[in-house]
Amino acid sequence: MINIVWLALLSIGILVAGFSCLGIEITSAGWIMEPSWEPLMNMTNSVFEEAKHAVTLAFGLVGIMALWLGIMKIAEKSGLINVIARGLKPIMVWLFPEVPADHPAMGSIIMAMAASMLGLGNAATPLGLKAIGELQKLNKIKDTATNAMCTYMAMSTSSVTIIPATIIGIRAASGSTNPTEIIGPVIVATGVSTTVAIIMSKLLQKLPRYQLPKVDGVVETIEEN
Amino acid sequence: MFQNIVNGLSVLAIPLILLFIPIYGYFKKVKVYEVFTEGAKEGFEVAIKIIPFLVAIFLAISVFRSSGAMDFLAWILSPITNAIGMPGEILPLAFMRPLSGSGALGIVSNLVTTYGPDSMIGRIASVMMGSTETTFYILAVYFGSVSVRKTRHALPAALTADLAGIISSVVICHILFD
Repeated sequence: MINIVWLALLSIGILVAGFSCLGIEITSAGWIMEPSWEPLMNMTNSVFEEAKHAVTLAFGLVGIMALWLGIMKIAEKSGLINVIARGLKPIMVWLFPEVPADHPAMGSIIMAMAASMLGLGNAATPLGLKAIGELQKLNKIKDTATNAMCTYMAMSTSSVTIIPATIIGIRAASGSTNPTEIIGPVIVATGVSTTVAIIMSKLLQKLPRYQLPKVDGVVETIEEN
Repeated sequence: MFQNIVNGLSVLAIPLILLFIPIYGYFKKVKVYEVFTEGAKEGFEVAIKIIPFLVAIFLAISVFRSSGAMDFLAWILSPITNAIGMPGEILPLAFMRPLSGSGALGIVSNLVTTYGPDSMIGRIASVMMGSTETTFYILAVYFGSVSVRKTRHALPAALTADLAGIISSVVICHILFD
């Protein structure tokens, strides 16, 4: 599906920009046409700008990733994550039945969710990448997402937020009389969307078109490579 | 008061984590410095691995936005959004939110300064931004980092959840602030 969405965004965008170049304007006296290359030129400039931006962003992430993976390693080696994970075990076991309760993936998922709950966006990303990496270790068909991965991704993309720090900052900066009044509504809305994410992922994984392929016999052929 | 607590929590969270985890590790007989560097080594690999996925997503989004296709889509769907009480001005945000965090933040900043943070548009935009995530970006980057290409039901489940978040943002703001 991401293939179709990506292609659609790209091709529809280019077609719309091309059409804009005709410069058709509807007036009361009918329509007039003022062709110009400007929309396509602007689009091309924006594409190069954004491609460059993607790489700057990734390099900007190196330091933060290193920092968090370093701290996570200490938390992992000291057994801290296991302590936290043990407390949340009943919920996690229900959410991710395929993952063994004491697997490192459980701890990583909990840490990533804790970070995103506090609005620590930059901290949550490396923790989340670590979590999906751990889930991949349990995956028998490496290019296909497991049920646990789909549940985890649906939950993290629905954003379990308690403190939307950036938004509060923007509201305060633009002179709101009560910048934090949105915290309550945000918790409710995020609760609704996360509940829907869990229910949908559990329901959809039962549909025939989303079934995992049979593993028996396939594992051997993968390992031969 | 509450704002102070919330701000304090945001400010303190990272320093507390940076303090607590190494100290806890030290008392659990972990060689904290060596273990930290061992973990940090992986940081570079992960960041480099996601570049192709970032470029792909940024490319599609910049084309869709800069061409004006985003505005056109918002215009086509305006009958539906009017039905659930969503102001038309919010629509570009609803589309941008799953695609690009920085893009969505730009739209929210723009809406809040144009219509005022305490207007209905400003409030709905704030709640929507705070309660949803950049779904496509997260899916592409996370699945990309482990080379998973067949994502099964992850995208439909995530998009349904986004839709639920967007609609409930609108509904909750109408209930609380109307």
